[in-house]
Amino acid sequence: MPRHPRLDPLADRYAARTHGMKTSEIRALFSVVSRPEVVSLAGGMPAVTALPLDAVGSMIGELVSGMGAQTLQYGSGQGDPRLRERICDVMALEGITDASPSEVVVTVGSQQGLDLVTRVFCDPGDVILAEGPSYVGALGVFQAAEARVRHVAMDEHGLIPEALEEALLDCRTNGDRVKFLYTVPNFHNPAGVTLSEPRREAIVALAEKYDLLIIEDNPYGLLGFEHEPLRALRARNNQRVIYLGSFSKTFSPGLRVGWVLAPLAVREKLVLATEAQVLCPPSLTQYAVARYLDTQPWREQIKTFTELYRERRDACLESLAALMPAGTAWTRPEGGFYVWLKLPHGLDAKLMQPRAVNAHVAYVPGIGFFADGNGREYMRLSYCYPEPDRIREGVRRLARVIEAELDLHSTFDAVDTGTFRQVSGAVPGHEAETIVGPANRDTGKDDRP
Amino acid sequence: MSETAIPSSAAAEEVDRHALRAVILAGGLTFEREVSLSSGTQVWEELVRAGVDAEIRDADAGLLPGLAAAPADAVFIALHGATGEDGALRAVLDLAGVPYVGSPAAACRLAWDKPAAKSVVRSAGVTTPDWVALPHSTFRELGAGAVLDLIVARLGLPLMVKPASGGSALGAQKITRVEDLPAAMVSCFAYGDTVLVERFVEGVELALSVVDLGDGPEALPAVEIEPESGVFDYTSRYTPGLTEYHAPARLTDDVSERAAALAVRVHEVLGLADLSRTDAIVTPDGQVHFLEVNVSPGLTETSMFPMAVEAAGHELGDVLARLLALRAGTTR
Repeated sequence: MPRHPRLDPLADRYAARTHGMKTSEIRALFSVVSRPEVVSLAGGMPAVTALPLDAVGSMIGELVSGMGAQTLQYGSGQGDPRLRERICDVMALEGITDASPSEVVVTVGSQQGLDLVTRVFCDPGDVILAEGPSYVGALGVFQAAEARVRHVAMDEHGLIPEALEEALLDCRTNGDRVKFLYTVPNFHNPAGVTLSEPRREAIVALAEKYDLLIIEDNPYGLLGFEHEPLRALRARNNQRVIYLGSFSKTFSPGLRVGWVLAPLAVREKLVLATEAQVLCPPSLTQYAVARYLDTQPWREQIKTFTELYRERRDACLESLAALMPAGTAWTRPEGGFYVWLKLPHGLDAKLMQPRAVNAHVAYVPGIGFFADGNGREYMRLSYCYPEPDRIREGVRRLARVIEAELDLHSTFDAVDTGTFRQVSGAVPGHEAETIVGPANRDTGKDDRP
Repeated sequence: MSETAIPSSAAAEEVDRHALRAVILAGGLTFEREVSLSSGTQVWEELVRAGVDAEIRDADAGLLPGLAAAPADAVFIALHGATGEDGALRAVLDLAGVPYVGSPAAACRLAWDKPAAKSVVRSAGVTTPDWVALPHSTFRELGAGAVLDLIVARLGLPLMVKPASGGSALGAQKITRVEDLPAAMVSCFAYGDTVLVERFVEGVELALSVVDLGDGPEALPAVEIEPESGVFDYTSRYTPGLTEYHAPARLTDDVSERAAALAVRVHEVLGLADLSRTDAIVTPDGQVHFLEVNVSPGLTETSMFPMAVEAAGHELGDVLARLLALRAGTTR
């Protein structure tokens, strides 16, 4: 009998939906990010050290020493009532003034909220419409639910209503069951763009016209640099929009507290689903968030965060304009964490990644933000975590990497095999030109020296 | 496969492992960092189980001061990729007078350079697929089309394209169509400045581990690799269940012996020490072809060196502790 036939004696028993769960080269290359020599423009980690850590520490200590009987105990599946009240106050800042605490379900980060919503609505084979590109964590949830994702094009003003309508009509023609539109309207992850006011109206109108449910994922809405938050989609329609919120970017991602705001009938199913999944969200972290909102100057803290992120955004955009080779384009975020960068024609961000690791700079290849294999010419840059000088150094390294890749392509693009460009560059269903409007074209001139 | 000469457990017990203090180097700043961390963790668990006082350290700015402040009897290098395998770190350990398990710096430099190692191995009479190794500048200066045409004309198809150094199959691709070759070159050059293009040899993939526990290098049972996808790439290597392994390999005694002899020969002609893993292919006619050798073989839960040790009837921890004991206090 041969030994070690497979290393995993259960290999033939896994559910079909786990077949995509494999070790990947991309993930391996990311492991160097933890080394201080590497400038990571990859992870979207909030700058939690900007919090008043001593005050937060004292607050949490008191919650345990003074209220341990409640904070260390099981809680309600729907979440702590006091926190749900305060969540309604937070949502009011983005125009949602009619929310009731009874419509709020507290979740383990908004990621669990998205998972619950997807479980409640989607059967295998159902279609979910999502921006192209789309949040990678959402794509993972949709894949686990065995739903099919159809991407809808975006530009610098966010999701394109005409493209959404076209997708809805196509799906109707094909007999596809569209369960919902998933959208990140503010400071989109990864595209960095924000859905414009007219388009918000247009998309809500399309939802009415086509009986469309919208999942509005809004973790970054309060982190705008240049204007007050735009009214949420949920503020415009309280029946067709389910809203996902999070304290991960405005307070702490480590606490894992998010929420879903949904009509009562949906809320009922979400509560049952969450009880089956986690029984209840963690009591201690819910109390911590509620106490933070009650006792700490959290609105001022959000201003502190936005000032810090604005400075880092500026460092990133200025460096990109100064250093990137011709043919590179990028978005100009007005808030949030991300710049979406398009490489010169033919370059592939995933294939280029080893060179970037060698140069000690990290980014996320664009292909991860598409469910259909698109996005090879793109990458996401996160400016939220590194200090401005590190961001400048990271962009400098990245520019050299891109220049080296261009040099390589100048050698091999000329090879007359007839199909090389197809292999390395253009991809089927190429909508790349319309995904986002590059910031360095906004001024109508080339900003490079 | 003949019995190996690994000392019995009783002999291994002669070493006072409880007196041994080992530092395991894992991590590093290479593409293979994750694999190295996984190897390092496995080595740590095995050594602790074998009674060794072991700790894991990264190869970073804290390493030399750390070794000076708390000297180890010997260092175990579980680093994969450059620095750990190219001889550089070992040269520094030599300068610092720190004993380590594994091959000396000069031998590592040779083994790390796959084309150079192939040349030496072929000169010693070992069969290895025909190859050419070229830097990007050659393609730029002479014209990529002309050079690629020549390569295909001489080596034929299919071809293996891989970085001239590095492991874990990162950047390696099998090319069956000439039109895919330029894209493969672009992809491969992202890993390093020189590409090794090798004639693809169809056959059974083998991992041939060698260990030297003081009585000279001995081959462990060959491990046969059967990836579900047909290609033993990074995903197939490190996702349990995607590859079938057979240890010992399903070979005739004659082929087994030739494979073992090849692995020992490679170990010797390249000047390697303590442990190595040679990757080879057996063609249907029973001929064994050398592909490359690793001076710091993977020691993860899905790696072939630990499988070979187990197939030989030994505990990995015993073997690693024995290697440490042999190197303890010896400098090069």
